[in-house]
Amino acid sequence: MLAKRIVVEREPVRVGDGGAVIEVKDLAVRYGKKYAIKDINLKFERSQITAIIGPSGCGKSTLLRCLNRMNDLIPDAKVEGKVYYRGIDIYDHTVDPVAVRTVIGMVFQRPNPFPMSIFDNVAFGLRVNGMKLNKTQMQEKVKDALIKAALWDEVKDRLDAPAYSLSGGQQQRLCIARALAVDPDVILLDEPTVSLDPISTAKIEQLLRQICYDYTIIIVTHNMQQAARVSDYTAVMMPDEQMIGRLIEYGPTKEIFTNPRDKRTEDYISGRIG
Amino acid sequence: MADTLLAERVLERKDTRKKILDKLAPIILSTAVFLAISAVAALLITVVTQGWSRLSLNLILEYPSANPARAGMRSAFLGSLWTVGLSALISVPLGIAAGLYLAEWARWKPFRRFVEFNMANLAGVPSIIFGLVGLSLLTYGLGWGRSIIAGAFTLGIMTLPLVTVAAAEAVKTIPEALKQGAYALGATKLQVTRHIILPNSLPMMMTGAILAISRAIGEAAPILVISGLLFIRQDPTSVFDRFTVMPLQIYNWVSRPQVAFQELSSAAIIVLLLLLMALNATAIAIRYRYQKRLVL
Repeated sequence: MLAKRIVVEREPVRVGDGGAVIEVKDLAVRYGKKYAIKDINLKFERSQITAIIGPSGCGKSTLLRCLNRMNDLIPDAKVEGKVYYRGIDIYDHTVDPVAVRTVIGMVFQRPNPFPMSIFDNVAFGLRVNGMKLNKTQMQEKVKDALIKAALWDEVKDRLDAPAYSLSGGQQQRLCIARALAVDPDVILLDEPTVSLDPISTAKIEQLLRQICYDYTIIIVTHNMQQAARVSDYTAVMMPDEQMIGRLIEYGPTKEIFTNPRDKRTEDYISGRIG
Repeated sequence: MADTLLAERVLERKDTRKKILDKLAPIILSTAVFLAISAVAALLITVVTQGWSRLSLNLILEYPSANPARAGMRSAFLGSLWTVGLSALISVPLGIAAGLYLAEWARWKPFRRFVEFNMANLAGVPSIIFGLVGLSLLTYGLGWGRSIIAGAFTLGIMTLPLVTVAAAEAVKTIPEALKQGAYALGATKLQVTRHIILPNSLPMMMTGAILAISRAIGEAAPILVISGLLFIRQDPTSVFDRFTVMPLQIYNWVSRPQVAFQELSSAAIIVLLLLLMALNATAIAIRYRYQKRLVL
């Protein structure tokens, strides 16, 4: 699947990678001269949900956007260090960022459905990726994605309705369906429930637990309860004195929440700071 | 109570001067509106009363003639349609492409600012300047002569900045979140432009384009420089034919001493105004019809 999408020689999975799908090495991002994050070293495990938590402005989203080269779209952003996806350096000059984004999908803070029908929203990714599908195949793919995103039952009778006619929570699940439709390996979610009510939030968290066996999921949140509820692993980020975001702790979510090694993590989780 | 500070400040406060000004303000402001409207209304009423009796289909079916009873502006009407239609074919695609480039594709900011600044300036350049440019560049330079195509290109160049600026503004209204959503699905920049930016900004682009076209229809100066004042009694058959346009026909009739021609010119003005109103109404209709909520 990978060799087909990213035009590089497929390296053997690196020794010592364990089950890591994405490995981040000495990653730093700067906007102009100002570093937003620095010295990030992290491995995201296969078929697990990893939460990235931390206070506002600690660079969580910046880190997330490095993982599928969305930072390329910000003119001043400069990425230093390495990001390996299954052993492939995605910042290598032979790698096409567009191909990276088909393998590593993304869902954003606010639901951003396209101003077209529900069906076309889900089909969009398939169409732009030039998949030669006949009508039935396309309908199957769209249906599968909507079922995975737990939205099918609510929209099956009105696939031609505009996406804006859905509620906020439904729109966000549509965005998840849209990302799933292109059959990614990793899904990045950037505070996906921040604009949603508790019931919609619960639906999305439940959905993430359902699909995590097939995908590697990385979710940025500033809601610690959410991280505790949905994630298997948690990375804690914190800005230092110069407001440069740093990774201060990373491990299984249970350990982070019950037995944090770093004093700042403990303070943050217990609500003393942040 | 009455002697407390509060009472002093609130109850006994009498700002008579401010109150009077408050009452006067709407009167002064509405006078300004009234003056502006009445000037236009006076113009319209004069034109309509004078030209009403001459208003008939003959006006656009008959060729100009020395006999006011048989005179029409068929050649000018067709000339306007040809030149303005051709100019739209030139300026609309070019302007939309340029607007897309400036607002979305141009990477080097100083260049983008420089071009946008100059586009805005160009939009304000007197139209006769464009006529002179067309005359030296197209009529003489390229040897196109005083032809429809020279006039069309001149009007096209004149309206290009308007279309470009409107198109660039339209592109800028597309929310970043929509574009990012498409990029995150593996769309290329061209695909984002084609499937997200263009369809959602096209109505606003067309509104700008139609307003630019309606300006081109009313222009006399640049065409006068290109075509000269002509008396034409045949339909244009190719883009290299000589031509005249409605504003020039109006100018021609107005400058005649006979009352009948004065009336004819008023009737022609009514036709021109109706055409402009139809175009502007189309622009407004498009804007309302396709105005989608794109706030994320």
